[in-house]
Amino acid sequence: MDKSDKIRQNLNKLFSSQNLAVLSTHQDGQPYASLVAFVATEDLKHIFFVTPKTTRKFANLSVDCRVAMLINSSQNQAADFHQALSVTAIGSAEEIGGDEKEKYLQFYLARHPHLIDFARSPTCALVRVTARSYYLVKNFQNVMELHISE
Amino acid sequence: MNWMIPAIKVSAKDRKRVGGKGFSLASMSRQGFNIPDTLCVTSDLYNEYVTRTGLRERIQLELHRKDFKEMRWEEIWDCATRVRNMFLRIPIPFEIEAGFREVIASHFRNKSVVVRSSASDEDTARSSFAGLHESYLNIRGTDAIIEHVRKVWASLWSDAALLYRQELGLDVEKSSMAVVIQEIVIGDRSGVAFSENPNDSSQGVIESVYGLNQGLVDGAVEPDRWIVDRKRRKIITHTPAKREYWMIPFENGVQLSALPDAMSTQPPLSSKEAYAVFELAMEAEDFFKNPQDVEWTLKEEELFILQSRPITTTSSQKSEDNRSWYLSLHRSFENLKNLRKKIEEDLIPGMIDAANQLAEIDLTILADHDLAKEIKKRWEINHRWVNIYWEEFIPFAHGVRLFGQVYNDVMRPEDPYEFVDLLTRTEMASLGRNQMLENLADIIRNDQGLKKQIETRDYSRIDQDFTRKIEKFIEKFGDLTCAVTGGTQCDQDSEPLFNILLEMAAHPGIAAGNRKSNTTDELQKKFLNCFEGDRKQQASEILDLARASYQLRDDDNIYLGRIESHLLAAVAEARQRVEYQKAEKAPAPQTKELVDILADLDHRSKELNPYEKKPGQVFEIKPRQLIGQPAGPGISKGKARVIQQHSDLSNFKHGEVLVCDAVDPNMTFVVPLASAVVERRGGMLIHGAIIAREYGLPCVTGIPDATTLIQTGDDITVDGYLGIVTIGSADI
Repeated sequence: MDKSDKIRQNLNKLFSSQNLAVLSTHQDGQPYASLVAFVATEDLKHIFFVTPKTTRKFANLSVDCRVAMLINSSQNQAADFHQALSVTAIGSAEEIGGDEKEKYLQFYLARHPHLIDFARSPTCALVRVTARSYYLVKNFQNVMELHISE
Repeated sequence: MNWMIPAIKVSAKDRKRVGGKGFSLASMSRQGFNIPDTLCVTSDLYNEYVTRTGLRERIQLELHRKDFKEMRWEEIWDCATRVRNMFLRIPIPFEIEAGFREVIASHFRNKSVVVRSSASDEDTARSSFAGLHESYLNIRGTDAIIEHVRKVWASLWSDAALLYRQELGLDVEKSSMAVVIQEIVIGDRSGVAFSENPNDSSQGVIESVYGLNQGLVDGAVEPDRWIVDRKRRKIITHTPAKREYWMIPFENGVQLSALPDAMSTQPPLSSKEAYAVFELAMEAEDFFKNPQDVEWTLKEEELFILQSRPITTTSSQKSEDNRSWYLSLHRSFENLKNLRKKIEEDLIPGMIDAANQLAEIDLTILADHDLAKEIKKRWEINHRWVNIYWEEFIPFAHGVRLFGQVYNDVMRPEDPYEFVDLLTRTEMASLGRNQMLENLADIIRNDQGLKKQIETRDYSRIDQDFTRKIEKFIEKFGDLTCAVTGGTQCDQDSEPLFNILLEMAAHPGIAAGNRKSNTTDELQKKFLNCFEGDRKQQASEILDLARASYQLRDDDNIYLGRIESHLLAAVAEARQRVEYQKAEKAPAPQTKELVDILADLDHRSKELNPYEKKPGQVFEIKPRQLIGQPAGPGISKGKARVIQQHSDLSNFKHGEVLVCDAVDPNMTFVVPLASAVVERRGGMLIHGAIIAREYGLPCVTGIPDATTLIQTGDDITVDGYLGIVTIGSADI
C-alpha cells in the first residue's frame, strides 16, 4: 500500500470509529459550532447527518451552504496529544429530499440505528455534505491535505 | 502509597513495583545472601512524579513527533537529551519529595550509596538491559541521592534504552523505572561471576579487578579471569590481566587511577578466593534456578553480592539482539581521546596527502586507457576515505555529545543545546570559506563596473587583482560546482561561483561568527566554575575534546570534498573526451572504456514524491504542515529552493529557504543567502543545524521526504522553535 492509500485508509478508519462530528456553520459571519451524528461514504466524497429543521445549524446552512466539520479520535486523555487523529472536512451542505432520501436515510440508519425515530421525523432534514478537502492532523502538528476533484 | 520498601520487606506482590534488579536483591536478602543494606524506590514514585509534573505526556509528545521508525539515531539522541534535561530541571513536587527525603535521610544518614536502575522490564530471562540504564556510585547526602534518582529515571529514556526496547517490541509508553539505593561497600577487590560461561556451558567464569566494580563493568579496567569446570568444581585456567588501573571512590563519585605497583604484580584473588566467588555464583544459580551473572565485592575478606541477573546469552540460547551496538553509541572520554589523536595525527594528514598526490597528476596528457585506470584508482581512493569517514570520523562526533551531557548535568540550562554555543567559536573550514566569499562579494558590491563585467560575462576586462583572488579561492575550495555526495554529475565551471557572488553582492552582507556575543566566555567560565581541582581540569579537557569534535565534523567533509573533486575532475575529463568523439562521429575503440566506466559511476536516480497524483486518481494529497526536529530557533518565510543535485545551488537566491536531503559543508556557501534551512536528515548536531545556528537562521531537520514533498518555488514558513514547516498560505 502506498502512502496515499494509507492516508485514505486512515480517514476511513477514523470515520467508521467515530459517531460524532463538530459541524461549523455561520450566521452573518458569526461562526457557530454544533455536534452531529454523522456517517461518511467510503469514497470520502460525502458526509451525512440529520438535524431538526428548527435548529440554528439548519438555518445557517440554508443561507450559506459552506461548512466545515471536525472529526477526531480524542478520548479526553493526556495521550490524545500524541495519539489522536483529527480531521477537518471542508465542503458544501444540502438537504436531501425526494427519491434519494430513503436510500441515504437507510445508509445513515445502518450506522445509527438508535436514531430511527429522530431521523424519520417529518421535522428533521437529512443533510449531505460534499467534501472538497480534508485536513488531516496527526502527531500533534503534522498536517496533510487531501483534495477531491470533481 | 508505599513508595519505598526496604529490600528485606519486599514481597512477591511487589515484584513489578521494585523492578527486576530490586526484586532479585530482595529475594536474595531474604534467603540470607550477604547483600549491602538496600532500599527499593518503587516505580509508583516514578509514576507519581511523571504524572503530577505532566512529564509523562511531555515525553510522549517528544517521542511522537514522528514515527519512531522514521527517526535516525541522531534524532533519537536529541529526543533523549531533551527528555533527560526535563528530568534534570523539573523538581519532584514538594508533597512527594518531603516523605521521600525523610525516608532516605533516616535510612542512610551520612552513608555513601549506589543508586541503581531497576526498570520493570529490566533483566528478565528474555532480555538484558545491563549497561543501558544508569547507575551512580558513591553518592552521599539526601539532596545528591534524590538528584541521582532523577537521573536514573531519565535513563529510562536514553537513546540506547529506547532503541533496545523498540527492538524487543516492548511498549515504551508503559515502561517505568524503579530504583535501588544501596549502601556502598568499598570493596578492595571486586568483579563479576558467570555461574555458566555464555560460550561453554560446562564452565563457569570469574573476573576480578582491584577496587570497585565500575572499572570492570565499563571496560576501563582489564580483569584477571578464571575458568572453572562446573562439573568437577575445579579451576581450570587463570589468565592474568595487565594490571594498570583501578576504580576508587573520589569525592562525590569514583575515579580511575593508576594501580599501586605492589598490587600490579599480584592477582586480585587467590585460587581459593576465586573458587569461593564461583561457589557464590552457583548458590545464586541454585536459588534462581537459572545461570546467573553476579556482581560481587570483597571487603576485608567479607564477600558481598551487589546484584545478580539471569545470563541472557548462553550457547544454547543465542541472543541476536544489538544491545552491544547500542551500548557502543556512548563512547568514553578515553576512547574519544585516542580517536582524536588518530584523526589529527594520522587520518587528516593522510587525507591531505592523498588529495595533494592526486593534484600532481596532469589528466590531460593521459591516454584514454590510462585515464580509465586513473578514474578507477581515484574511485577506490575516494571510497576508502568515505569508509574511514564513516568508521572513524562519524563516531568522533560523540565528543560533542559527551560534553553536552556533562554540561547539561551541571548547568541544567533551559535550552538543552545551550552547550553548542561553547563550541561555535571554533574555527571551521566552511566558515572560513564563506568569509572569503563574503569578502569577494563585498568587492563586487562596491564596484559597479566590476559588477557589470561579471553580469555580462565580460571576463577579459575584469581587474587582475580580483581575478587572482578568485583563482586563490578556487584553488583552496574549488569552484563550488562539486559536492561530496553529488555523484559524478559535475563539470568544473566558475559560472556558479559568479552567480552566487552576484547574488550575495546584491544584498547586504552577513558575517558569520560575528553574530555570537561575548556571552561564550562567560558561559565557559560559569561552566568551569562548577568544578574544582582535578575535576575542573577534566571538564576543560572534555570541552577541548568537544571543540575538536565539533570542528572535525565540518573539516573532514571539506577534506573529503577535495579528494572527491579529484575523482570528479577525472570523470569530467573522460566525459569531455567521449563527447568530443561523439561529435566527431567516429568513436575510437579505446573511448569505449571511458564510456563504460562513466556508466558504472553514474547511478544517481531521482527521488519520487510518494503522494504524486496518479492518472485517473480523483483525489490529490498535499502536505500542509510537516513536523521535524527544532534544530535552530527562529521563524522565517521564503520561497523554497529544493536541492536535488549540487548544481541546483548555483541558482540560489537571497531570502530563499534551503531545502535538502543532507547539508554537507560543500553546500553551505549558500547558507548566508538563505532565510532558513530545512533538511530531511534529522538531528541537532548535523551540519545543517550547526551552520544554521552559526548564522542565526531558523532550522528544522528530520522531515521525511522533505525534498519531494516541498517543491522549488513553494512559499514555506519555517518555525525553528517548534520544528514545523508550513507549506503554502493560510487560504482554504
